[in-house]
Amino acid sequence: MKVVRVLFRSLRDSIKSVFRNFSLSLASISCITITLVVVAISIILSYNVNNFTKLVEKDVTIVAFIDNTVDKDKISDIESQILTIDNIEKKNVKFIDKMTISEEMMATSDVFKDIMQSWTEENTPVQNTYQIKVTDINLISKTADEIKDIEGITSVKYGEGMVEQLVSVFDLVRKGCIGIVIALIVVTAFLIGNTIKITIFSRKKEIEIMRLVGASNINIKIPFIFEGLFLGALGSIIPIIINIFGYKELYDHFDGKMFSHLIKLVNPTPFVYYISLLLLALGMLVGMFGSWRAVRKYLKI
Amino acid sequence: MDLIRLRNVNKTYKNGVTAIYDMDLNIKKGEFVFIIGETGCGKSTLIKMLYREEKPNRGKILVGGIDVAKLRNRKVYKLRRKIGVVFQDYQLLPKLTAYENIAFALEVFGLPKDEIHKKVVKVLELVGLTNKAKHYPNQLSGGEQQRVAIARAIVNGPKLLICDEPTGNLDPKKSMEIMKVLDAINKLGTTILMVTHDITIVNKLKKRTILLESGRILKDYQEGEYTR
Repeated sequence: MKVVRVLFRSLRDSIKSVFRNFSLSLASISCITITLVVVAISIILSYNVNNFTKLVEKDVTIVAFIDNTVDKDKISDIESQILTIDNIEKKNVKFIDKMTISEEMMATSDVFKDIMQSWTEENTPVQNTYQIKVTDINLISKTADEIKDIEGITSVKYGEGMVEQLVSVFDLVRKGCIGIVIALIVVTAFLIGNTIKITIFSRKKEIEIMRLVGASNINIKIPFIFEGLFLGALGSIIPIIINIFGYKELYDHFDGKMFSHLIKLVNPTPFVYYISLLLLALGMLVGMFGSWRAVRKYLKI
Repeated sequence: MDLIRLRNVNKTYKNGVTAIYDMDLNIKKGEFVFIIGETGCGKSTLIKMLYREEKPNRGKILVGGIDVAKLRNRKVYKLRRKIGVVFQDYQLLPKLTAYENIAFALEVFGLPKDEIHKKVVKVLELVGLTNKAKHYPNQLSGGEQQRVAIARAIVNGPKLLICDEPTGNLDPKKSMEIMKVLDAINKLGTTILMVTHDITIVNKLKKRTILLESGRILKDYQEGEYTR
């Protein structure tokens, strides 16, 4: 009961004190707001880059060309051999008949049509193929080599060189974004901690009197920690609004794509709500941590 | 029975200044004791050690059975709950009313609201400020602010009330009002230890008076002995 009373009182006092020390609270809140907006932008950016790279990676396909002398029974044998390879997405191994390919090619241009029209299934130079997707794009060249080794396969193509480059660039961008987000969070924690420290410094007397009348350290700390939590929560309101409406507006403005059809933006729902929750939690945690660190200084622990 | 007992207490600050030299002192329960002496004689250091704002370098200090020198920072609140402290500059929170300032000392313990109300009303009556309960410190005179500070210090029913020049900022008339309040509190059983420069008060009240000089007890005058 006593604990509940102390907690309730701390909660009441912390709300009161946010308003009582309004100008300083406003300083802390603005600091939290600005840094959380920056954090939100970098999270949205890095998540979108991540999403985009995943989409591109998903599109990378190995095409295995089958020797035209191989008969139909042997083809199914080749498929079962492909399926034994580790890095293969079993559901995404697609056989494409040479005639289907011819038709597709003829449909794309009249020149092709004129030339290919006379080709029959027996004399066509077009080869039957398997389109294969891999689970880990980093291992694509090894997997391609394994496929090439299967008897009856003449060659494999997956955009060698370019894929590897793309993968390494994406990896760099992704790591860079994560690094930036982490650095921003640390900077935010530091900035907020310092702002709250100034707030608490102005209330050094209050802490001293609390100590004097026999408040235990935990009695003193709790209201300040709650206060940090409130400041964090209040500071995250504007970043959350900017995040929700800003991102939705951006998504609608660009129709979900940026620059080209290749770069698709992440759908705003439920994405923006997750980010909002993250911002709220981040604001509250950082606010609490900042207060705790600042109040500790005056407690002679 | 002794409420305060000092044995061979020595206090040297980090800057090398020794404020208290091998001090022995006993103060009984219910006593009213003045501590006098020139500026820098160690008065403030002595009382600061009693409420554990400072720690002695050597010796033993017992306050109400608590070994103050051995008390860890985290446990200081246990001692503070047994004593009340009043300062020359009142140390009130400017944004709280007189009532709230006093209640503040009880709220930190998590006392129920009705119990807090009863106790605060009682001490406000004792210090004669019932009609000023809703005033903020800046709406009160110096004497009234000091009475609020005294009310806050005794609301928890401490065994010991330590006063560091409580009349230092007040005119003689207001000082005597404060002394009357302190005397009344003492008569209710609270031990009072008061540091003062005001010799008129000391002369008038004729309580036990300890004269300090350069960190040592120069003379311990028993009740009625001190005249100047």
